[in-house]
Amino acid sequence: MSNFFKDNHDLLFQFENLRIDDIVASRERNFEEAQEHPDAPINAEDAMDSYRRVLEVLGDIAGEFVAPRAPEVDKEGAHFENGRVRFAAGTAEALERLSQAGVMGMTLPREFGGLNFPVTIYAMGIEMISRGDASLMNIFGLQDIAETIHHFADIEIQRQYLPRFCSGEGTGAMALTEPDAGSDLQAVQTRAYQDANGQWRLSGVKRFITNGSGDVLLVLARSEEGTVDARGLSLFVCERDGVQVRRIENKLGLHGSPTCEIQFNDTPCQLVGERKRGLITYVMSLMNGARLAVSAQALGIAQAAYAEAFKYAHEREQFGKTIHRFPAVAEMLINMKVNIETSRSLLYATAKAVDTRDELERQLNRAKALGQPFKELNDRLKQATRVAAFLTPFCKYTTTELANQICYDAIQIHGGTGFMQEFNVERHYRDVRVTNIYEGTSQLQIVAAMGGAVSGVLDLILDQYEAETYRGELRPLHQKLIEIRNRCKECREYLLKKNDTAYQELRAHDLVELYGSVYLGCLVLNEAKISEKKLLVAKKYIGDSYAKSLMHVEQIVNGFDTMLVDMDKFVTAV
Amino acid sequence: MPVNCVVCVKQVPDTSNISGQVMKPDGTVNRAKLPTVFNPDDLVALELALRVKDLYGGKVTVITMGPPPAAEVLRQALWMGADEVALISDRRFAGADTLATSYALAMAIKNKCNADIVFCGRQAIDGDTAQVGPQLAEKLDIPQVTYTEEIEWVGNGTMVARRKIDDGFERVRAKLPVLVTVYGDAATPRPFNAKLIMEKKRARSQFELERLSEDNPFYYYYNDVDALEKKGLLIKTWSIEDIAADEEKCGLKGSPTQVFKVENVVLTSPDRKRYEPTKGDIERLIGELIADHIFG
Repeated sequence: MSNFFKDNHDLLFQFENLRIDDIVASRERNFEEAQEHPDAPINAEDAMDSYRRVLEVLGDIAGEFVAPRAPEVDKEGAHFENGRVRFAAGTAEALERLSQAGVMGMTLPREFGGLNFPVTIYAMGIEMISRGDASLMNIFGLQDIAETIHHFADIEIQRQYLPRFCSGEGTGAMALTEPDAGSDLQAVQTRAYQDANGQWRLSGVKRFITNGSGDVLLVLARSEEGTVDARGLSLFVCERDGVQVRRIENKLGLHGSPTCEIQFNDTPCQLVGERKRGLITYVMSLMNGARLAVSAQALGIAQAAYAEAFKYAHEREQFGKTIHRFPAVAEMLINMKVNIETSRSLLYATAKAVDTRDELERQLNRAKALGQPFKELNDRLKQATRVAAFLTPFCKYTTTELANQICYDAIQIHGGTGFMQEFNVERHYRDVRVTNIYEGTSQLQIVAAMGGAVSGVLDLILDQYEAETYRGELRPLHQKLIEIRNRCKECREYLLKKNDTAYQELRAHDLVELYGSVYLGCLVLNEAKISEKKLLVAKKYIGDSYAKSLMHVEQIVNGFDTMLVDMDKFVTAV
Repeated sequence: MPVNCVVCVKQVPDTSNISGQVMKPDGTVNRAKLPTVFNPDDLVALELALRVKDLYGGKVTVITMGPPPAAEVLRQALWMGADEVALISDRRFAGADTLATSYALAMAIKNKCNADIVFCGRQAIDGDTAQVGPQLAEKLDIPQVTYTEEIEWVGNGTMVARRKIDDGFERVRAKLPVLVTVYGDAATPRPFNAKLIMEKKRARSQFELERLSEDNPFYYYYNDVDALEKKGLLIKTWSIEDIAADEEKCGLKGSPTQVFKVENVVLTSPDRKRYEPTKGDIERLIGELIADHIFG
C-alpha cells in the first residue's frame, strides 16, 4: 500500500509549512465562495484540510493505481492507428480514474466545475502523479491550457470549453512548436485568417505537440499577414475535428504521452483574447505555468528514481556488506536526497510566488472594477511579477538539471542492473531527459532568469534574510550565505563593467546559479529553524553552494574570457 | 427506469495491517488497537450500485449496522457518490451474530428503504462468514444472486447479472427486488471525489454531535442537527424502534451463536535451510524433496 502523499515526509513537511492563508483567502474572495458553493472552504484552516484530503486521494491514485501501471504503459506506448491516436491501456484507465476523482480542473473556478485550488496545491498533485508515471503528467499536467483560456478568452469561450476540462471529458494540447519554430517561436508560420463570413480558420503544420490528438487545441498562429515577428502572432482555440494528426513520434522516453505532428486544413477556430498578443502575452503566461508544471514533473521522476536507488543500495550486498555503506555510494544517495529536498523547497516557494502574483492581479482587477484606489496594489503586483518571472525559469533550470543528475546516479547505484530494462530506473532516466529541454531548454531558462539576477530582483527578500539573527549551528551557515551573496555582487559588477554581451551570456549560468543559491540557501536555512533533519540538509546544501561559489567567481572574474573568439581554432568537426 | 439501490456495508478491523499488540493474551482481538476500514467487498458492492445509478438513474442508499464510529464508512460512501446514508445503531444491537444482524438489516430495509436491488459484499474480512447477504435475502423473501460480478441490465422489473463460477461465469435473470452479494474482484471501487469530499466531510451522525456536546457544555448539538439536515449533512441514525424491530431478536439476545472457545494457534515453521545456487546444493535439495515425497 503506497500513498505518494502520506509516505513522503518531505512533501508533507512542505505542505504543513506552506503558510498560504493570504493566498487562499484571496482566492476564495474572503470565503464568500462558501455561500454559493457547498464544497468551498469557510476559512483558511478548512481550506488546508480540504487540500490535504484531496492530495491524499491523489497520492493514493498515484501510488496504488498509476505507478503499478507505468512499466506497462512505457512498453505499450501511445499508438497511431487509422489517423487516430490511442492511449496505452494504463493511461486511459488512469485518466478515467483521475476524472472520477474530479481532479482534472484543479485550479479552475467552481462555476465551471473546477476546484479553485491554488497553483501550489496543483503542483503537489503534479509531483505525485509524475512520481507514479511521468508520461501521465503530460496529460494531467496540461491544466494550464484550460487556465490560459480562463485567463484570457471571452466568457462564451470559457463556458464552451472549461466544463469539459473539469469533468475530464476533454483533454487539451498547446500547439506552438513548428518544424522551423522551436525555441524561437517568433518564427511561427501557421496561418490564421478570416473567411468571407468572418470565421477564423487555421492552416499549417505543428510539430512535437504533446497530446496533439487532444480534444481542444490552443494554437499560436500568424494572424497578421506580412508580419515576421512576435507582433503578428495571435492565439486561437479549436476543436479536434478538422485537425489532422499526421504521425506520432518515437521518443526516448515518456512513451505514454503521444507527441504528434498535426496539420490544420482551414480548421475553424476562435480567437483567444486580442489579436497580436498571442506570443507576447498569452503564450508567455502559458509557458510559465507549464514551466512550473515541468519542474514538478522532474521532481516527481527524481523522487521515484531515488526511491529505487535507496532500496537497491540497502539490499545489494558486495564485499560482505550492503553497498550503501560504501562512502562513494553513500555520497550519491546523500546528494540525491539533498537535491530532492532543496528542489522541493524551491518548487513550492516558486509556486507560492506564482500564486501571490495571480492573487494580486485578481485583487487589482477587483479594485479597478469597484473603482477603488489601486496604486499600492499595482506596485505590489509589479514586484511580485518580477519575482515570479525570475523564480520560474530558475526553478525549472535547477530542478530539471538536478533531476537528470539524480536519475543518472540512480542508474549508477544499480550498476549493470540499472542498465537493464527490467528495472524502473532505466525508464526514469529516459523520462527525465526531456524535462530540461521542453517548455524552454535550460539554456533559455538562464536567459530568462539572467535579467532578474543582474537587476537583483530578490534583493528585498534577501535583505530581510540577511538582517535576521540565527543562533547555534545556523549562524555559520548564515554567514556563508552572506559571503556567497557578496561574491555574487562582485561578479555582477564585474560583468556589468566588462560590458561584453557575448561574455555576459556565456557566464550567465554562473551568475544565475550564484544568485539563486543565495535565495535557496535562505529558504533551506529557515526550514532548518524548525526541523533538525533540515539542519542537515542546510549544512550540506549551503556547504556545497559555498564551494561552488568560489568556482563561479573564478569562472566569471578570472575565466578564459577569449574562449568564444578562439573557439573556431580548436572546436573542429572531428 | 430509475433504480433504487440499497448497499449494506460494514466497518471492519483492518486485518491487513495487524501488528503485535493487537492480539490479547487470550487470543481475542483488541479492537481498540486496530485501525478500521471499509470492508473491501462492500466497497465493490457500492461501486456496482453506483454504476447502476450512472446508467439508469435512481438513488443509492448506504446503510450499516454498527457502533457510532461506523459513521466513518458512511461518510466515505458519500465521498464516492452515495445519495443517502443511515447508521443502524443502538446499544441493544450489540453482540449480534449473523442471524441477528441480518434480522436488523432486513427490518431496516423493509421499513425504511424502498429497494429494487440490495447489494452486499460477499463477506467481511473480520468474520469471514459470508452469511449475512444470503440470510438477508431469505428474511426479505426476495431472490438472491451470489458471487455477482456485474449488473448487466435492469428493466421491466427484472435484472440480468453475471455471477462468477469456477472456470467462468453464469448469466442469470432475476425479478426485482433482488439481493446480490458481490465478489471482491468484480470491479475497482471508484476513488473518493474531490468535490464530494469537500462538500460532505462535515457530515455527522447524531452520536457524533452528542459527543461534541459532552466535551463542551456550551455546545448545544440539537441546533446543529437541524442545520446539518438542511444541508443534507446529517447521517441518519436508526434505533430498534425506528426500524420497528423486535428487541428479542436483536443483539446478543437474538444470537444463537455461542463462542465456545478461542484458541491461539501459533504456527511454528521448521528451521530455515539455505541452498546456494550451486550444482551440489541443487542436487541436495532435489534429494530431500524426493525423500519428503514432494517429488515423485
